[in-house]
Amino acid sequence: MTKIIEPSKQSSIFRRPSSETGIWSWITTVDHKRIGIMYGYAAFFFLLIGGLEALILRIQLSQPDNNFLTAAEYNAMFTMHGTTMIFLAIMPISAAFFNYLLPLQIGARDVAFPRLNALSFWIFIFGGAFLYSTFIFGTAGAPEGGYLAEEVGWLGSAPNGGWFGYQPNAGMKYSPGTAMDYWAIGLQILGIASLISAFNFITTIINMRTEGMRFMRMPVFTWMTFAVSFLLAFSLPIIAIALFYVTFDRKFGTTFFLTEGGGDPILWQHLFWLFGHPEVYILILPAFGIVSEVLPTFSRKPLFGYAAIVFAGFGIAFIGFGVWAHHMFASAISPVAQAGFGLSTMVIAVPTGVKIFNWLGTIWGGKLKLNTPMLFSLGFIGMFVIGGLSGVTHSIVPADTQQTDTYYVVAHFHYVLFGGALFGIFSGLYYWFPKVWGKMYNESLGKIHFWLMMIGFNLTFGPMHWLGLQGQVRRTWVYAEETNLQFWNIVVTVGAFIIALSIIVFMINWIFSKRTGEKAPFDPWDARTLEWAIPSPTPVWNFSTAPIVKSLDDFWHTKYSEDEEGRAVRREEADQILLELEEDGLNPSEHIALPNPSYFPIVLASGLPFLGYAVIYKSIPLALIGTVLLLIGGFGWGTEPLEEEIHIDSDE
Amino acid sequence: MSSSHSYPHEPTGVETRKLGMWVFLSTEILFFGTLITTFMIFKGSDFPGMKLTDVYDIPFTSISSFILLMSSLTMVLAHNALEANDQEKTRVWLLATAMLGAVFLAGQIYEFTEFYHKGFELTTNIFSSSFYVLTGFHGLHVFIGVVLLLALWGIGQRQKGLTLEGGMNLEFVALYWHFVDIVWIVLFTVVYLI
Repeated sequence: MTKIIEPSKQSSIFRRPSSETGIWSWITTVDHKRIGIMYGYAAFFFLLIGGLEALILRIQLSQPDNNFLTAAEYNAMFTMHGTTMIFLAIMPISAAFFNYLLPLQIGARDVAFPRLNALSFWIFIFGGAFLYSTFIFGTAGAPEGGYLAEEVGWLGSAPNGGWFGYQPNAGMKYSPGTAMDYWAIGLQILGIASLISAFNFITTIINMRTEGMRFMRMPVFTWMTFAVSFLLAFSLPIIAIALFYVTFDRKFGTTFFLTEGGGDPILWQHLFWLFGHPEVYILILPAFGIVSEVLPTFSRKPLFGYAAIVFAGFGIAFIGFGVWAHHMFASAISPVAQAGFGLSTMVIAVPTGVKIFNWLGTIWGGKLKLNTPMLFSLGFIGMFVIGGLSGVTHSIVPADTQQTDTYYVVAHFHYVLFGGALFGIFSGLYYWFPKVWGKMYNESLGKIHFWLMMIGFNLTFGPMHWLGLQGQVRRTWVYAEETNLQFWNIVVTVGAFIIALSIIVFMINWIFSKRTGEKAPFDPWDARTLEWAIPSPTPVWNFSTAPIVKSLDDFWHTKYSEDEEGRAVRREEADQILLELEEDGLNPSEHIALPNPSYFPIVLASGLPFLGYAVIYKSIPLALIGTVLLLIGGFGWGTEPLEEEIHIDSDE
Repeated sequence: MSSSHSYPHEPTGVETRKLGMWVFLSTEILFFGTLITTFMIFKGSDFPGMKLTDVYDIPFTSISSFILLMSSLTMVLAHNALEANDQEKTRVWLLATAMLGAVFLAGQIYEFTEFYHKGFELTTNIFSSSFYVLTGFHGLHVFIGVVLLLALWGIGQRQKGLTLEGGMNLEFVALYWHFVDIVWIVLFTVVYLI
């Protein structure tokens, strides 16, 4: 057994927080595992909200000329659905995986900057709350020549210019009121959170690897985290500046994106998509990483072409900065640019294809174990290939001109972001469930979840290809009865509700398995990476002693050797080694110093929404409150040492 | 799989905080890159018929630029003094750096007011908008740098004095400060000279 001796309390602005359990221990935590779990729950909450918004949209579209929503409400709903799913659901769920797994996979005790990590989480929470406070405080007036103010309603008092915020539509003239300000500043705050975590993860991967964990021995998930962090670090500044301009245009009367003042709306599109396309890979690469961990484990084979998968990931990340204008083929860009970006769009399919074939090579001839994480990973491959192929059709400019702004595009990006990213994420949630909670999930419920989601997903987004090619336009709240689009629209709506049902099954499984699930064995999947070489749930200190890594999939090689034909043979002493690892992992033999909890990340983060409101309402007092909170947070942070020793004594 | 007792491990040999700062600065390049690109796009525009370039006071801005560059020199002197563990000199040079930065900021405020009185407001035209946002964004960076330098100076007043390790150390702030100076060289060239 271990006991933890209370650290000495040094006074800074506040007394050092010391609770180990209860709500304050979570609010002040700097432990990457707890932060990861909080990221996961917060992101899932927003996923439910974003899903609810999608269901509202689908109810409206289930009938032609429906009046369930007004145009104003529909605009607000699709804007918030996109913004929520991208910035508040998928990105932070990926961040949850990064936080929890990255230090474990490279054998570290925490990330490079634990308090900055807590800061990014709290900025994300305050940013999300700020964005959603638009429903309480925001207003979306009636644009010139548009719908009437009384049609806006409560549901419509949210940002309504699309998650892409095209100018001048999202400017003051066509989107009056404050709702779009909430959008611009909310994204700005969320961007800060992602930027900080990007610095943190890059530094962690470069500098916190344990002895022998060379770059080419890192698990693919870690590699993809690395690639995503670079994408975040280099693409978010672009949108940050563009959003500055939007805020200046809307609040201070400049005309960066308004032609009447000499500005350029196309410039917004360039800046937005110069961020927006790397963003697509920010959303999908974590899923690539997860799938690359799950497939080899349940195929009982090493990952086929490890180096190729790693370099393909970075190839995608690199080329991802050179394809942005394929979102703008219908805008005013020159034919040469169209041809160039069409070509680069075709080229980026090559590294993606490399990955797909490597995954297939991994499964090929393996002893497949078709449990829930594996099913989701296989589903991921299938669905992502469909989405990827419809994506390549967009690189053909004349065809794209036809598809622009139709449901065909909606089908495409849901196949890659839902069928791709979200299937990968669910695969990861099931795969690492035993690691995080030390319990097993319910396999039958997991499989029901998978099949319901697979069927619901394809019913929802499959028919959208046809609807799009038949000419149903996106971002439009009604379609006429004469268009004969009704049948497939009803199918789509039914599919959306089946997805909702599958999510309920998932939640039931999660809640009950976490409470009453069987205790997970030490290494339930007979896995390959370092996070399975420590007890579940992960002890506070992660590794009781720093592991030394000697090869790729080092943990696997401690359990298995090869016979003459290269087949894996379990070592006789494998079970004994696992027992010893568990024993050692639970009982560290030395004092372990861990970073202490701190109030300052949340204090510092709480200043940002006040500054946001200050800009929206041009209020000096709010600006002062925000600045004071920032200063208290920053000053306290600077004068508080990261760690005071916590002693963990072995106590027989 | 065996294990050792050595945490933390820095396989690159670069101190983790310094590495973090380098990564941060690399994203700063993108921030300024985007601003400068936009500025270049709008630079030619004199809509609606007034040119900001007409009111530029190149000699004045040259002097304030020179002052900012000199602050990089004093920053290096502070670093050298700390390496020789001369606490008092370190504090003097730190304060000198902060003061030079503050003089530059004062010059920028003066310049902005001058332009404003000559009729160039933030919203006068797209050129003046991008001018104020770009140089203002840099000014904000200088301001944060001055605050950091003064904080460092304050820490240096305490008993233990400054060290080159741990906490918010001098090397960390120096990297940032030099970066802000280098950006100004680019801005001065792009905004005022060409």
